[in-house]
Amino acid sequence: MKPTLPRAAFAAAMLPLLLWAAPAAADPAAANTMEVKIDNFTFAPQRITVKAGTTVTWTNEDDIPHTVVANQKTFKSKVLDTDDKYTFTFTTAGTYDYFCSLHPHMTGSVVVEPATGGGAAP
Amino acid sequence: MTSSNDHDEGLSRRKVLECMTWAGTGVLWTVAGGVPKSLGLVGEANAQTAGFTFLQISDSHVGFDKPANPNALGTLEEAINKIKAEKAKPSFMIHTGDIAHLSKPSEFDDADRVISQAKLDVHYVPGEHDVIDENTGKLYLERFGKGTKGSGWYSFDANGVHFVGLVNVMDLKGGGMGNLGNEQLAWLENDLKSRTASTPIVIFAHIPLWVIYKDWGWGTEDGERALGLVKRFGSVTVLNGHIHQIIQKVEGNVAFHTARSTAFPQPAPGTAPSPGPMKVEDAKLRTVLGTASINVVRGNQRLAIVDTPLAG
Repeated sequence: MKPTLPRAAFAAAMLPLLLWAAPAAADPAAANTMEVKIDNFTFAPQRITVKAGTTVTWTNEDDIPHTVVANQKTFKSKVLDTDDKYTFTFTTAGTYDYFCSLHPHMTGSVVVEPATGGGAAP
Repeated sequence: MTSSNDHDEGLSRRKVLECMTWAGTGVLWTVAGGVPKSLGLVGEANAQTAGFTFLQISDSHVGFDKPANPNALGTLEEAINKIKAEKAKPSFMIHTGDIAHLSKPSEFDDADRVISQAKLDVHYVPGEHDVIDENTGKLYLERFGKGTKGSGWYSFDANGVHFVGLVNVMDLKGGGMGNLGNEQLAWLENDLKSRTASTPIVIFAHIPLWVIYKDWGWGTEDGERALGLVKRFGSVTVLNGHIHQIIQKVEGNVAFHTARSTAFPQPAPGTAPSPGPMKVEDAKLRTVLGTASINVVRGNQRLAIVDTPLAG
C-alpha cells in the first residue's frame, strides 16, 4: 500500500549507481509521485512544482470532507471523506490552481514543468 | 450573556464576537424596527411569546461520526424530540442546510425520517454538504427541493411575513466564499418587487449572507447585492447556519442571526487553526447544540428569536 518501502529499497540498491551518475539521474520513481496532505482546512504543501508525468496524490486527513477541483476544471475529485485519496497525473506543463469546492477559501497550486531535460529551463 | 442593544451600523468585528453565545440558556430576542432587545431567558420569555412562531434547525450533518459527535443522527433526534415536547406548536420549521454530511441517499433518508417525526412542514435550503452527490444537488432537489427554482430557491408567505429561501452553496469559486449568482439575484429582485415596504421579510440561506470571517470563507461573495434588494423594507431578518454557533448583529433594519448545529460545534472566528469540528467534553456537547424558535407578533413587526440548546 505504502510505496515508500519498496521505493526506499530500490533507491538503496541503486545508490552506488546514483552516486556515480548524479545529479541528473535522481531517483526516477520518487520524481514521478508527489503527496499533498489536506489537514486543518489547508493543502500542504500549498504549492508544489513537479515534472510532467508526475502523479499527485491528495489525502484528506481532516474530520470534514473536502474536494480537489481545478479552477479551470482540468481535474475534479469526488468528495473525499476522512482518509480518502485522490490522484491525478499531470501530463502537460503549466500552472494548475485548484481549490476545495466545499470550502473555497482552501486553495493550492501545482506547477508542472516540461519532463524533458534535466535543468527545466523556463 | 451579552446584549446587542448597543449595536449600530459601524459594527466592528470585535463587537460581533462579543455578542456570540456559546452555551447555556437560550435568550429571547425581540426585533422592533430593527433594534434588537433581549427579553430574558427562555423560561420567562416563553410566557411573553404569542401569535405566530416558526422554528429554525440547521446543520444536522447526518452521517457525521467523528470524535466531535459520533452520533449526529442521535442528537438530531434529541432536537426533534424537544420540538415535539413544546407546548406551543410552531407553524412550521425551516432547515438552513447541511441536512446530510456526504449527500448520501441513506443520510438524506435518515434525516427525513427523524425530522418528519416533528409533524411540521419543513422548508429547506441546501448546505454545501447536501450538494456533493455526483449530480451536484440532484438528490437534494428530488427530496427536499420539489417545486423550487434553479438550484433550490423559492419564496412563500405566512401570516403576513414574506419568506425567501436562497441557495448560496453552488458554483463556488476558488479563493471565494458563498455565492448566489446572477440568475438567483434577478429572481430575488423580481420576487420582492411587488411587496410593500411594510411587509416583514425573512431571508434564510445556509452560508451567512454577510461576511463574518473571510479567512474561513464565512460569508457570501454577492450577499451585499441581496441585502441591497431588501433595504427598502422596514423589517428584515436574515437566518443562516453553516458556522455552528450563534452570532447576531443588526444593521439598519436588518437583523442577522446564525443558528447552532444539531451535530457539532465549530470554533469562534479566528480562535483555532481551522474551522473544523470542535471536540468538547461529552458532558458539554448538548449545551452547544440546539435549535432556534422565532416569534412574529403581527402588526408591530416584531421578531423574537429564542435559541434553545439541547441541554442547559
